[in-house]
Amino acid sequence: MKKLIFGGMMMASLMASTVAYAATDLTMWYHGAGNDVEKKIVMGLIEDFNKSQADFAVKLEQFPQAAYNDSVTAAAVAGKLPDILDVDGPVMPSWAWAGYMAPLTVDPAAYAKFLPGPIGKYNGKVYSVGLWDAAVALVGRKSVLEANGIRIPTVDKPWTGEEFDAALLKIQASGKFEYPFDLGMAWKGEWYPYAFSPFLQSFGGDIVNRDGYKTADGTLNGAEAVKFGKWWQSLFTRKLVPGTSQSPADRDTGLASGKYALSWNGNWAALGMVDKFKDDVVFMPAPDFGKGPKIGAASWQFGVSAASKHQDGANKFIQFALQDKYLTQFSDGIGLIPPTPESAAASNNYKAGGPMEVFFGLSKAQATLRPVYPGYPVAAKVFEKALSDLANGSEVQATLDAAADEITKDIEKNKNYTK
Amino acid sequence: MQSGKKNQNSEATGWLMAFPATAIIGLFIIVPFLLGFYFAFTNQRFISPNPTEYVGTSNFHQLLDLGVLTLEPERDTATQEIKKDAAGALTYPTVRSLTRNNPDMPYFNGMREWFSWHSGDNIKVVVARDVVFMKAIVNTFIFVLVVAPLQGGIALLLALMINQKLPGINFFRTIYFMPVVVSIVVVSLLWRFIYSGDNGLLNALLGFFTFGAFKPVDWLGNPATALPSIIAMSIWQAVGFHMVIWLSGLQTIPVSLYEASDIEGATSWQKFRFVTWPGLRNTAILVLVVITMQAFTLFSQVAVMTQGGPVDSTQTIVFQAVQRGYAKQDIATGSAISVILFALVITISLIQRYLTRESNT
Repeated sequence: MKKLIFGGMMMASLMASTVAYAATDLTMWYHGAGNDVEKKIVMGLIEDFNKSQADFAVKLEQFPQAAYNDSVTAAAVAGKLPDILDVDGPVMPSWAWAGYMAPLTVDPAAYAKFLPGPIGKYNGKVYSVGLWDAAVALVGRKSVLEANGIRIPTVDKPWTGEEFDAALLKIQASGKFEYPFDLGMAWKGEWYPYAFSPFLQSFGGDIVNRDGYKTADGTLNGAEAVKFGKWWQSLFTRKLVPGTSQSPADRDTGLASGKYALSWNGNWAALGMVDKFKDDVVFMPAPDFGKGPKIGAASWQFGVSAASKHQDGANKFIQFALQDKYLTQFSDGIGLIPPTPESAAASNNYKAGGPMEVFFGLSKAQATLRPVYPGYPVAAKVFEKALSDLANGSEVQATLDAAADEITKDIEKNKNYTK
Repeated sequence: MQSGKKNQNSEATGWLMAFPATAIIGLFIIVPFLLGFYFAFTNQRFISPNPTEYVGTSNFHQLLDLGVLTLEPERDTATQEIKKDAAGALTYPTVRSLTRNNPDMPYFNGMREWFSWHSGDNIKVVVARDVVFMKAIVNTFIFVLVVAPLQGGIALLLALMINQKLPGINFFRTIYFMPVVVSIVVVSLLWRFIYSGDNGLLNALLGFFTFGAFKPVDWLGNPATALPSIIAMSIWQAVGFHMVIWLSGLQTIPVSLYEASDIEGATSWQKFRFVTWPGLRNTAILVLVVITMQAFTLFSQVAVMTQGGPVDSTQTIVFQAVQRGYAKQDIATGSAISVILFALVITISLIQRYLTRESNT
């Protein structure tokens, strides 16, 4: 027994001494477990970084997306956070506030040319940067719109709210579709605030009053928000869109199979539509309901954990990852929007004349960040419930009042989310 | 002396053997249970850099505060006459105008209408600080009150039917028990397809048997049918479990009693009423208590099938506890809900025990 322990100690000291001569290990957590293409690109990036210098060696640990945020929270409680973290844009302030993340020390020049969406700023400091962004567009078919005599909107001249409404009614009157428009109500969760809160913002309301982030009263239940709520509810009462019980299968295939004429969908689903409808497919900007056309911004981003003992190395890695060639690789591999003009020009889908070029313009022109404050994960849930309730016919003012109160109460309970 | 020491030794061994189980139960059941009570009186959050503070009973007030508002018809400011609108109906101030930013009634601030009724010319409105939680409590009680007798009764019926010596009876035992073995999450997912509004199996069947006269219903998407749908599915899912308990009870009744009643010329009903039912007394209490407790913790079906919607028609107490504590990161409120549920369940269990006590007189 004693010999065994002694032997073990010998081994341990041997290993410790070899580590001392080699590079310092940095662990990195990533949310994309299960996606082979994504893994290959991330592994390639890590290999390149490890070869490019001798001080640090990044090691990847992958998690399925559904379990990722919980894993980080659990690790933070247990004091076992990795060096490099992957974080969903709107969740970042919550983690920064909780002390999980440290501000980046990456040279700002490395992301100077980036679209605004992928840069995660909180309290005036950059905590995370994304290698891509995502965007949402109205997906439709030219032939359908032309047959119904509907103008095809452009980024410079989007539909107004009335035009959009009239277009939906015209398509409904044609009788060729089960529903003229598909919002994607089957995608519960973050899709609701990501995809639908920009409508509210275009009406002039918002999830929370961004001036100081102290209350939602007046912004989520003010006159503009009520106007939005009534319009939103009318989409369902007039049977212009499928409701909350839409099946996920219909959401995925409804446009392609001709159930719906238009769909509110992200760039990640765009390639399938291009394959199906070729030149007939058209990606159109969000309608302008008064305060300009808006779509959501910010996707997954990289940041540095506050618990890391090697923050310099973690920052080095992130700076390395921000090179155009990796941005292009991610875009080509998983269809996401490359965040710089150069990486877009080099990509297959977003280059000039590429099938999804329009998304880069949309992201640039319309992208609006979701509220940047640590209470966002709570507000997102409240907003999701309010929109589902409205879709199912609950009274507009009372529903929005309740949602605004809940968000305000959460802010008060957490002392305005200031430390 | 010698034997005393030996006894002590064996006691120590006993504790040692009990240690793994005791430690696990302590760590995963008793400690969380006590922590729940503690958190319910604090402002504990899931993620927060702020220190936990004692907040007294404010979490319970947030959840349970109720009030009654009386809305009087609006009167003309000059003549004090009751105003009527074009259709001749009385007009009332909105609840909102009284409960939002109204310094005259600080207690009612932020409360919302739960339900209301007419009393003369006035309207009485019951307002709650947390209407969603109130609805969750009501839904949970409806669920318990429907499921407990129905599930227990159907399970007894099934048990009586399969307690016969017929060829192939084991086949039916297996069939009835099958849903119990399948994970509730899988069952819920399958029933979501069955209940689906456009091309679900249930709608298709009903349409087929009524020769197309039946109009498809969006079972889970309609506030009126969502809770009954979940109730029906829940009864079906767990009925096999209670059937087995009934069956074990049935098989403890001595055959000689039935033989004796046969000789006396008893009918089937008399045999059930005077032999079977008294013999099942303790089983009945067990089944009732178990179903009640299980029904109070309704969660998985709601989480998978409706998420509490549409419009709060399927909110339940446990679903709200998880929603607040986990999704909305408010551990304190989630714990307070758990404490309320604990108080409810223990009260009802004690009442059940009292009502079903052995009468010695």
